Amino acid sequence: MSGKTVSLFIQCLVDTMFPETGEAMITVFDKLGIPYDYPTGQTCCGQPAFNSGYTRDAAAAARHFIDLFEDTEVIVCPSGSCVHMVRHHYPELFTDDPAMHSRALAIGAKTFEFTQYLVDELNITDVGAEYVGAVTYHDSCHLSRGLGIAAQPRVLLRNIRGLELIEMKDSDTCCGFGGTFSVNYPEISVAMADEKIDNILATGAGTVTGCDISCLMNILGRISRRQKDVKVRHIAQLLAGPTGGKA
Amino acid sequence: MNDYSKEAQKALASPRLQASLHTLQDRFGKGAMALWANMEDQEMRRRVKKSRLKNLEHLDILLAELARNVRARGGKVYFAETAQDAIDYTLKVARDNKVKRVVKGKSMISMEIGIDPALEEDGIEVVETDLGEYIIQLAGDKPSHIIAPCIHMDRKQIGQLFAEKLGMDYTDDPPTLTMAARKELREKLLSADMGLTGCNLACAETGHISLVSNEGNIRMATTMPPVHVALMGMERIVATLEEHRETVQLLTRGAALQKLSTYVSFTGGPSSADDPDGPKEFHLVIIDNGRAKILADPEFREVLACIRCGACLNICPVYGRIGGHAYNSSYCGPIGAVITPLLDGINKHADLCKGETLCGACKDICPVQIDLPRMLAALRQKLAYASDRWDTRQHNPAEAYGFTIWRLIITRKPLYRSLLKIGRLFQRVFIKKNNMISSMAGIASGWTDGRDLPPIAKKTFTELWEEKYRNRQAAAAPETEENQ
Repeated sequence: MSGKTVSLFIQCLVDTMFPETGEAMITVFDKLGIPYDYPTGQTCCGQPAFNSGYTRDAAAAARHFIDLFEDTEVIVCPSGSCVHMVRHHYPELFTDDPAMHSRALAIGAKTFEFTQYLVDELNITDVGAEYVGAVTYHDSCHLSRGLGIAAQPRVLLRNIRGLELIEMKDSDTCCGFGGTFSVNYPEISVAMADEKIDNILATGAGTVTGCDISCLMNILGRISRRQKDVKVRHIAQLLAGPTGGKA
Repeated sequence: MNDYSKEAQKALASPRLQASLHTLQDRFGKGAMALWANMEDQEMRRRVKKSRLKNLEHLDILLAELARNVRARGGKVYFAETAQDAIDYTLKVARDNKVKRVVKGKSMISMEIGIDPALEEDGIEVVETDLGEYIIQLAGDKPSHIIAPCIHMDRKQIGQLFAEKLGMDYTDDPPTLTMAARKELREKLLSADMGLTGCNLACAETGHISLVSNEGNIRMATTMPPVHVALMGMERIVATLEEHRETVQLLTRGAALQKLSTYVSFTGGPSSADDPDGPKEFHLVIIDNGRAKILADPEFREVLACIRCGACLNICPVYGRIGGHAYNSSYCGPIGAVITPLLDGINKHADLCKGETLCGACKDICPVQIDLPRMLAALRQKLAYASDRWDTRQHNPAEAYGFTIWRLIITRKPLYRSLLKIGRLFQRVFIKKNNMISSMAGIASGWTDGRDLPPIAKKTFTELWEEKYRNRQAAAAPETEENQ
């Protein structure tokens, strides 16, 4: 087991709307005896601004993040797209500023997505959790394409007692969230979410899970509107077992 | 509502189009991904990408070599700076040869420069010979896919169209319809005065151009009429025959999952005494039309590596819902969303820059691994802050102002936390029984028109941390430094 203290990088949407996902992460770390802390000054990694083209505003968010997390040992986040932002886009934001650029690279090198950290860094594939029922898994784009994380969550899920993993059609097709895209082009965004949800429903699984709350929020929002009876859970909640909190 | 969204809505409302797009993407999108995964030579895509970029670095030298070699064989080469220059030159060739009828091979650049209407205004009959393009022409419609232009039509529509336009009995039997088109097109091909094609690739070393097709009409269009004019985007060049071989292999695989298309026509110039086949005149029109400007910008140069296979259309989840017409351009799908604004104005095509999720599937499927999402983000940056280089003004000042405010908030923790608390108070009137917010005003209605939104939690994670976890952690790990 790594003795490193994990600094929790809690995505803004988790902090404000899905705190139970953050608590579930804590439950898992407690169970595994992994020490952690939480730099409370954190706000947003800057992804919404970056994806909308506002790179100067995103750079301000990046500076804030780097200042706050610089002295940490390792940073773990329950969101693939935020990790992708820190790892891949932070350095791009400072190509004209060598000092900031190297600080950004250093931060990126120690920032991990939750399942990636467990499986790749700590070699943990079974957290001893239980979750009874059929579950299907959505591959978030920045997580699977950007970071190459697809096997890690699956091995963790397969080792949950009582959980049957049923793959959906096109699990790696975008759910239609896309940040501000979802409000700027709602017709297209909702049509994409519907496609995703139809594929989820076709599995017959009672729960859909994933590693990125933004996509899950989009899926949940549309499932709720369509009044479909499928639970939406962040993977941390399943890994936290029966005590994984609400959603 | 913007035109992009309007057209998208129309497409979403058409079950027929949705079914066609599903079939297309299930077959060709997935097929291409499987091909790349199983290809024996896993280095080929990287190699071709590298050669494409290298050739862009030396484009001036390569184009000069190509022109020299084409001219040496008796062909004519014309460098057209603008679409109008290319049109004017082609019209002059047509007039000089008293051309009454032009048969066309499928060509994207011909649509980009708008040559058809120009020829028709001059009293020249223009006939598309690619089956898909022929159907589009008969219908007076616009193509909706780079490779499969009439993907938005089904065989019943095509049957009705043929019954109406060709005076045949209605049938929706594809072979019968194809034979009917073949008969019509044969007559046109045999009597045409000029063949007008694009150029999939030009090879500098040999001075030939290549055209790939599966119907063979391109071969007829380039050999039967006495004059052949080929329109070539100036980036569509390879240095050597060896590069040509690999690039064609990726092109036909990306486009139609074929190791090689049924026909690959190599066209090197006019007929001569010792080589009597082919046209009497061969003209190669090498077109800039905005490409030099892209070439000069390192941020976007990579897009010129595109080999126009259309594979990105076959995987894009946005194209897969809205089809090609919403892009309102010769080039649709992810490649269209990047190249159209660069060629025709970033402000004019702002919705193409912004109307994707940056999911990255297009980059994965691209045979030459072009980073289209990176360039979409770069285009959005021009819209966000304006750009002199690209003659672009700020697209949405209100949004820009919004992000300025956002920046002030998220870099100031106390302000951020206070605003969350205020938001939590204000949201109460919107929360429904299911603990969801289902209607919001203004821009946020974009979310709630079709989706519910969870409210700000009664306690944020940060608040829970202060209450439940901080002290526990401090006790367990006293060496941990105090947080900010």
